[in-house]
Amino acid sequence: MALALVLILLVVATVLFHFLSPWWFTPIASNWQTVDATVNVTFWVTGIVFILVNLFLAYAVYRYRHRAGQKAHYEPENKKLEWWLTGLTTVGIAAMLAPGLSVWAKFVTVPDNASVVEVVGQQWNWSYRLPGNDGQLGKSDVRLVSLDNPFGLDKNDPASADDLLVPSAQLHMPVDKPVKLQLRAKDVNHQFAVPQFRVKMDMVPGMITYFWFTPTRTGEFDVLCEQLCGLAHFIMRGRVVVQDQEDYERWLASLPTFASTQAEIAGDPAAGEALYATCSACHGAQAEGNRDLNAPKLSGQAAWYLVRQLQDFKAGRRGTHEADTFGQQMAPFANMLPDDAAIRNVVAYITTLPEVRPAATVLGNPERGAKTYATCAACHGAQGQGIWSTRAPRLANQSDWYMERQLKNFRDGIRGAHRENFDGAQMAAIAKYLTDDQAITDLIDYMHNLGAQPGAGS
Amino acid sequence: MAFVAIADRDHEHAHDEPHSWIRKYVWSQDHKVIAIQYGTVAILIGLVALVMSVLMRLQLGFPNTFSFIAPQDYYQFITMHGMIMVIYLLTALFLGGFGNYLIPLMCGSRDMVFPYMNMLSFWFYLLSVLVLVAGFFVPGGPTGAGWTLYPPQAIAAGTPGVSWGIITMLASLAIFIVAFTMGGLNYVTTVLQARCRGMTLMRMPLSVWGIFTASILGLLAFPALFVSAIMLLLDAVAGTSFFMPAMSSMGETTQYSGGSPLLFQHLFWFFGHPEVYIVALPAFGIVSDLISTHARRNIFGYRMMVWAILAIGCLSFVVWAHHMYISGMNPYFGFFFATTTLIIAVPTAIKVYNWVLTIWRGDVHLTVPMLFAIGFIFTFVNGGLTGLFLGNVTVDVPLSGTYFVVAHFHMVMGVSPILVVFGAIYHWYPKITGRMLDETLGKWHFWLTFLGTYSIYLPMHYLGFLGVPRRYYAYDSSIEFIPESVQFANEWITISAIIVALVQLIFLFNLIWSYRHGKEAGPNPWRATSLEWQTPETPPKHGNWGKQLPVVYRWAYDYNVPGAPDDFIPQNVPPGPQTPAGSHDHGPQP
Repeated sequence: MALALVLILLVVATVLFHFLSPWWFTPIASNWQTVDATVNVTFWVTGIVFILVNLFLAYAVYRYRHRAGQKAHYEPENKKLEWWLTGLTTVGIAAMLAPGLSVWAKFVTVPDNASVVEVVGQQWNWSYRLPGNDGQLGKSDVRLVSLDNPFGLDKNDPASADDLLVPSAQLHMPVDKPVKLQLRAKDVNHQFAVPQFRVKMDMVPGMITYFWFTPTRTGEFDVLCEQLCGLAHFIMRGRVVVQDQEDYERWLASLPTFASTQAEIAGDPAAGEALYATCSACHGAQAEGNRDLNAPKLSGQAAWYLVRQLQDFKAGRRGTHEADTFGQQMAPFANMLPDDAAIRNVVAYITTLPEVRPAATVLGNPERGAKTYATCAACHGAQGQGIWSTRAPRLANQSDWYMERQLKNFRDGIRGAHRENFDGAQMAAIAKYLTDDQAITDLIDYMHNLGAQPGAGS
Repeated sequence: MAFVAIADRDHEHAHDEPHSWIRKYVWSQDHKVIAIQYGTVAILIGLVALVMSVLMRLQLGFPNTFSFIAPQDYYQFITMHGMIMVIYLLTALFLGGFGNYLIPLMCGSRDMVFPYMNMLSFWFYLLSVLVLVAGFFVPGGPTGAGWTLYPPQAIAAGTPGVSWGIITMLASLAIFIVAFTMGGLNYVTTVLQARCRGMTLMRMPLSVWGIFTASILGLLAFPALFVSAIMLLLDAVAGTSFFMPAMSSMGETTQYSGGSPLLFQHLFWFFGHPEVYIVALPAFGIVSDLISTHARRNIFGYRMMVWAILAIGCLSFVVWAHHMYISGMNPYFGFFFATTTLIIAVPTAIKVYNWVLTIWRGDVHLTVPMLFAIGFIFTFVNGGLTGLFLGNVTVDVPLSGTYFVVAHFHMVMGVSPILVVFGAIYHWYPKITGRMLDETLGKWHFWLTFLGTYSIYLPMHYLGFLGVPRRYYAYDSSIEFIPESVQFANEWITISAIIVALVQLIFLFNLIWSYRHGKEAGPNPWRATSLEWQTPETPPKHGNWGKQLPVVYRWAYDYNVPGAPDDFIPQNVPPGPQTPAGSHDHGPQP
């Protein structure tokens, strides 16, 4: 009786698989052990039913298999048996539901001493906001979102001035302190999920959602988006760093307030011109780039992107990989810029330089490249114009040999490998989709067609 | 005299037999031809969805290997795979296919009560499939919003197919619902109005009960999908804001304001959860009949089975938000929906017990349909039990959005109903064509499908416990909690999936080959009791019953009745010395 035997073997194999498989819950890092306990109760109740029903099925198939002279027993119903089974099932269900609901009652009750942190999701990155000294988050409105006010905060609300902004995907938390995460989405639905915390919640534009937990051990945990949010959903990545109070406060002190970000003075091109003298040696007087010196074209690139790259070079988030020879050459020059104001000044000067169309030096099959570019367009724009909110730079009219090299660097883990370079890591993940060098060549050749009209690219 | 059912008014059913080929096989109003039309289209479009599942598994098993599977392609595959399998394959096949074929034959009717509308139902269905397929050829390709089509994402920048694909998808759904409504009204009315003499409700085979209840669920649930599709369409093309809040898309403020994304989710799942049972209840009904026939034993606890079907049908309308525990809706709803959801497990469990108890003390013939039926029980027990994890709000939180969910719903509403579909096709093919499907091929088909699908989905549950998120194009090495071994699991699953997909070719070959070369079946090869096996001709001719409609004297489960020499007594055999009345007899004797 192969079938009965197979059913028994499947039950045995399932039980063995359960105990031998290397995949089970990640070690918990929050107060929600009760969630794990409820899972375990459910697991035992359902596991026993699974074994009993299937073994009984196997027995019945074997014992009552057709043989000569076998007659089935005519029995339309057996009230007593049916009521017993119904009753037992109800008890089993109640045994799972009761702990489930009692834990849920805790889930919906946020403790009074929980601190509030706002998580903001957008395609396809994270940022965070903490209340300042007033303990309150200022009002926000998604219609106020702009490059200069990415959180969309209301400048007229006095509570917003001292709000602390975390412009990166990395959030720090003190260990053993309950926290209520207030979730907000700018564009589409997202979900803030850290598997080690066990609890998570969707983020929905137009409303504020929340959940709470207490981190119970220090460490670094990946933040995943678990609500499909478009093409780059699978690489929308952040990180939570749970640390001691002391380290946490040091991090807190490093955060800019909303008021301070608004008070930043726009870069001064005149001041930047002097600083640019150093850059021009390699990048050219018109920032047109110089292939022989491995210096890319900078003119026409968006200011926010140039600022971020200079900051990354300065902070060691870029240009530190041992195989990134040219990045290493750039890093000391970035370090010559003393502060963010200097960076803004030099970038302001670069943006005044005239746009030129660089020569096409990388030639492949642009038709094949066009298909590949459909993926790139999601972040960089259909015309390669760059989109600030996806943190994706302009690609149109940039040095093609430079983009080719960078794509290979991303793909090979040379660029974007720094732990705090979330944008670079995102690009590195997507660059792996380019299965060979020819695909990169084709793509770069296609990009010559982008933004045929030289533009500002902001 | 009291009310006379339509079926009893013989003259009203004397519509002429069509003579031209085109009226017989194309613009046919015969429920059997329409059933085959529905079934053929459903299986063909299902094959498209099957190929897409293989493509996405190739990407997951061997990431960054196939340059023709870009992220947007992957998301388009998962979306179309899900939508096709749930709506255009399973719903259409169970109701349009089996419903059409079985209701009139099992109820002893000449046809559906509205044959012309029945024909329109099929052609609208075909149109909906064509519009759906058109999505593959429009600029930008089909939508990649996931089969749930949640706004704002479904119609916002950053989602594949946002310019045209979403529009063809929504239009196709609306047309499908028109088709279903015409079919569904027909099925319900036929069951209520056109049963032959003696066929009381409590004598109907459970297949009819399942299909009947599912049709009612569909008529109540599909309108919610219809309005959400239309409203979403308006949001996409006419600038309304039913579901669209003020938002900043790709750094630019949009014109939308004030809409509610959660409203869509409520509407979608108000349809979406009953939809699970629109697929499951016909499967429950059909598998009950398969088990009873091939175990040569009356279905155990028939009345409880009927009440369980009805209870599940009612409860299925008050559990929808268990798909939304962490959607951002008021979390207090969790208490209510977890409770209703776990309550629905009780009637469902009763059904499982009764299937097993039907086999117990039976005379079990392990025919191919019976193998599939038993495979269904195993698969459904597994998938049903994991539903208790996801239904229980607290347990759902860590598991939602992971591969546990994928494993659960594929086991419970993918593999389980498909095993029933296969069993049902092996079971009724002899009536439809007059020939048996090849048994050896059928057994290979069963074993490889049954074991292959378990090999796909068992490991997936554990990836879910680990927290591996679903709807990810790739798992790059920067996710630290995901170990290397997950890649091995994904390769294993992909290889299993490819095998299972290839095995379906055996089945297709069997369907085609046996049509000409299969063993002659005779009128009743399984020695079954229900009316469709008692037709004067096999396959049944137009009008089904020749001159005289059948008269029913007993329920559909008189197998091995004590005192009867034969091990089955058809429903249309009156009580007599060789054919005693079974102890289940509640209906009047006509």
